[in-house]
Amino acid sequence: MRAIVTVIGKDTVGIIASVCALLSQHRVNVLDISQTILQEYFTMIMLVDVRESDLPFADLAALLKGEGEAAGLDIRMQREDIFNAMHRI
Amino acid sequence: MPMFNNNEILDTIHMIDQQHLDVRTITMGISLLDCCDPDPKAACRKIYDKIARSAQDLVKTGQDIEAEFGIPIVNKRVSVTPMALVAGASDTEDYLPFAQAMDDAARAVGVNFIGGFSALVQKGMTPADRRLIAAIPEALAATELVCSSVNVGSTRAGINMDAVALMGQTVKKAAELTADRGGFGCAKLVIFCNAVEDNPFMAGAFHGVGEGDRVINVGVSGPGVVYHALQAVKGEGFDVVAETVKKTAFRVTRMGQLVAQEASRRLGVPFGIVDLSLAPTPAVGDSVARILEEMGLETCGTHGTTAALALLNDAVKKGGVMASSSVGGLSGAFIPVSEDEGMIAAARSGTLCLDKLEAMTCVCSVGLDMIAVPGHTPAETIAAIIADEAAIGMVNHKTTAVRIIPAPGKDVGDTVEFGGLLGAAPVMPVHGESSADFIARGGRIPAPLQSLKN
Repeated sequence: MRAIVTVIGKDTVGIIASVCALLSQHRVNVLDISQTILQEYFTMIMLVDVRESDLPFADLAALLKGEGEAAGLDIRMQREDIFNAMHRI
Repeated sequence: MPMFNNNEILDTIHMIDQQHLDVRTITMGISLLDCCDPDPKAACRKIYDKIARSAQDLVKTGQDIEAEFGIPIVNKRVSVTPMALVAGASDTEDYLPFAQAMDDAARAVGVNFIGGFSALVQKGMTPADRRLIAAIPEALAATELVCSSVNVGSTRAGINMDAVALMGQTVKKAAELTADRGGFGCAKLVIFCNAVEDNPFMAGAFHGVGEGDRVINVGVSGPGVVYHALQAVKGEGFDVVAETVKKTAFRVTRMGQLVAQEASRRLGVPFGIVDLSLAPTPAVGDSVARILEEMGLETCGTHGTTAALALLNDAVKKGGVMASSSVGGLSGAFIPVSEDEGMIAAARSGTLCLDKLEAMTCVCSVGLDMIAVPGHTPAETIAAIIADEAAIGMVNHKTTAVRIIPAPGKDVGDTVEFGGLLGAAPVMPVHGESSADFIARGGRIPAPLQSLKN
């Protein structure tokens, strides 16, 4: 199952590294990654594969959200189907 | 590997975060026809058991989908077979225990409303229908989660004016019995013409007799998303406005369809319909009235409002219908006054009045919804308001409804606070001239001619 991870927040050193470390800890494979700075905000979008993850999807999403909040970032993980449904026919 | 366009991903996140995009409700319809029993106690036990068993995983499943897709699912609800049909088999005069069984079951499964304490009396009333209607005020006062609806008219049957008169009194009594809560009982009571059998929205949801044993219906929302999309096309012609609304409704509905299919699969319950409704909330930025104002009206309710709403309602349906495999329910724009920040403001300013709202209901989904009127409004006047609304539905082949609150002890200028999604209703004036002799006639208004249309 694939998911989209979005990270939005103030740019600081090591955001990509810490998110990727967390994902790899839970055996989530990063398939693609893109990041930009939009109006001073760091915006990273990752396509990940969670099939091998050691955590259920909802727990992993909650973990990312919690870690993000601690670092002042808005991190969310959503199944890719939602974007497919809304933007692709 | 198809990578998403980053703007599309951020668009979706903005819609959810800033424009109040959500799935308004996942509603499980449950047939209770197999719960009939001559012994009312046994019937109530069967009702409780069937609801508790059928919907035990509904809330958890909704929460799981919410967590995985990152899309809020605001309400999880249950609708059941119109209770008059089930309770009619029991040897009892008192239908209150049936409402209590529904309430207990709804609590047990954790849903926030259960609909179907209902009767369908568009042509005539059975003794069971009469007993159910008599029990409505007390049922709404004594239970927390039970919603009630009565269908008093249809395009094929006409309008049952005896039932209309009875519902005027029922609304008054429901308000009196819940006077300590601003007449809250009336917020859970809908009087329909042309009621639909697969509506997932409360308070008017019930599980029609033409439905299967269980079904999953989903109601989407998204006034904030439409409003935001229209801000980007300021000053453009109405063709552009219509196209913009259609595209937005398409996306919103696709999301609803995805959630509906997922819920249906996980629960092992057939998917019924997606209801394409723009359902507002009292939150700023989630208002249907503000969409109409964005089209160029200074205040919702002024001249042009009906035309703006007609366009909106039609474009929502056109956009949504292609996005779902099965569309149903009420599908259109809702205009509940107390639940819409812009409507509340327009009503307070005096621009939006009851007569204009009635005109608006000719072109949009449902009808006079969540409207507070002075507590001293006579039952006959309320019945006459119901009759007017039912006539609009009957003649125009559409569902219309009345959810009106004669707020005890309140008068024009006061506000009734319901809190939560039900919001706050400014008390609106009604005409003081009597309709009592009109309502006293009783009988039936015949079904309208289906040809010679003008």
